Amino acid sequence: MAELKQLEHRQYAHCESGVVTALLKRHGLDLSEPMVFGITGGLTFAYLPFIKMTNMPIISYRMLPGSIIKGAEKNLPITFKTTRYREKGKAQAELTHLIDRGEIVGLQTSVYWLPYFPPEMRFQFNAHNLIVYGREGDEFLVSDPVFEHTVRIKAEDLQNARFARGTLAPKGFMYYPLMVGNSIDMRKVIRKSITRTVRMMLYAPVPFIGVKGIHYMAKKIERLKTHSELKYIRLFLGHIVRMQEEIGTGGGGFRFMYAAFLQEAAAILKSPQLEEASRMMTVAGDTWRQFALACAKACKRKEDIDVVGIAQLAKSCADQEKRVYSHLKSMKSNHAS
Amino acid sequence: MKISEVPQDDIKIMHGERKAVYAVDDQGRYTKTTTRGWEAEEIVLVQVIGDFEEKAQECAKRLRNGETSPIEYFMYKSWLDPLTLAQAMGLSRWQVKRHLKPGVFKKLDNDTLAEYARIFRISIDTLRNFPGEE
Repeated sequence: MAELKQLEHRQYAHCESGVVTALLKRHGLDLSEPMVFGITGGLTFAYLPFIKMTNMPIISYRMLPGSIIKGAEKNLPITFKTTRYREKGKAQAELTHLIDRGEIVGLQTSVYWLPYFPPEMRFQFNAHNLIVYGREGDEFLVSDPVFEHTVRIKAEDLQNARFARGTLAPKGFMYYPLMVGNSIDMRKVIRKSITRTVRMMLYAPVPFIGVKGIHYMAKKIERLKTHSELKYIRLFLGHIVRMQEEIGTGGGGFRFMYAAFLQEAAAILKSPQLEEASRMMTVAGDTWRQFALACAKACKRKEDIDVVGIAQLAKSCADQEKRVYSHLKSMKSNHAS
Repeated sequence: MKISEVPQDDIKIMHGERKAVYAVDDQGRYTKTTTRGWEAEEIVLVQVIGDFEEKAQECAKRLRNGETSPIEYFMYKSWLDPLTLAQAMGLSRWQVKRHLKPGVFKKLDNDTLAEYARIFRISIDTLRNFPGEE
């Protein structure tokens, strides 16, 4: 196993892929964030009507929290030590012990309890990932991947953040790599992960996941047409954008990150078709941005919101994504190697 | 999204912070760059915060009339809805709804009040005596 490197704080576009990228770098495996996001199968679309956040359905543009860590273990020669806790005291004692021993760990936290976040962003969102890399007295030193600089947090606040209850409750979730191998057949790993993502986005067995899920959402938006309360329509559309803009993704952020992954994959596999897929995915990201902007503008309107037009934009996103995955699928079947 | 298209709307809610995003340069190569925020995200965030604030103001009136308990007021002030608050408390929704009744609220035990106060990030006295003498 390689010598441990110093943690170098860097800013990433997304918390979980950022934390995993940084932890792997420290263990000598130098992958970009989009590469980590891509090969762990981070991309998805899911409209989950039965899981609520501030009383609205969860709409996710990436896999559920924890899946990048699991995906890394599954697809790379890596083992993570992962722990969830029932007892708060034990969780803090173990964290303190590990940090004082020089370990660097990832934690799942609730943004609501992180004082260094801008106040306007401190909602009950329980799946934010950060790195703890040191301790000074009662304060932990934090490398939060969506921030430009390192920050500090009081032990008490961190405790609250790790044990927030509710949807996606972290239950003290802590993780760090135990073993990181470096003999990786990237070509194989990339191909496998793309196949898996394509299969899920095109053929998910439920109507609210993948391309079908985007259509499902479009239908829900269309149905707002008959809703009597304009205020609810505005809040619903606003909620969709908030789920899309979720901390540190900037517009169709996850689509752009996946496009970056496809481009990097194209270079590794020397595949012009993958390069083309990357460009197509960029178009999908841009369409998502148009959609978000249309929703946001509707939020400001006092009357007649064009929900059909907005739903149409969502369908355009679905269509463009379908093109990307179909293209990826077709090149796979022509590709014997 | 090209680097030149990355929104730099300097939105208030970011307090001068920047976020990282991936965008393509002139040669079509993806690079990590930064954004000072996008108008669209500000609109929807301000909207939802405004909605909670409106509910809090309306609730303050009912509180003065003795129709609800301070828990409801601080719930909105903390941008929580009854379901999220119930989950955060580890209670069921109907239990929380009961605690919104002024009579039930007055008889709440210290531990429960302390837990509410912790979640609202206020002191237990503030919660108990709200709105206090005006």
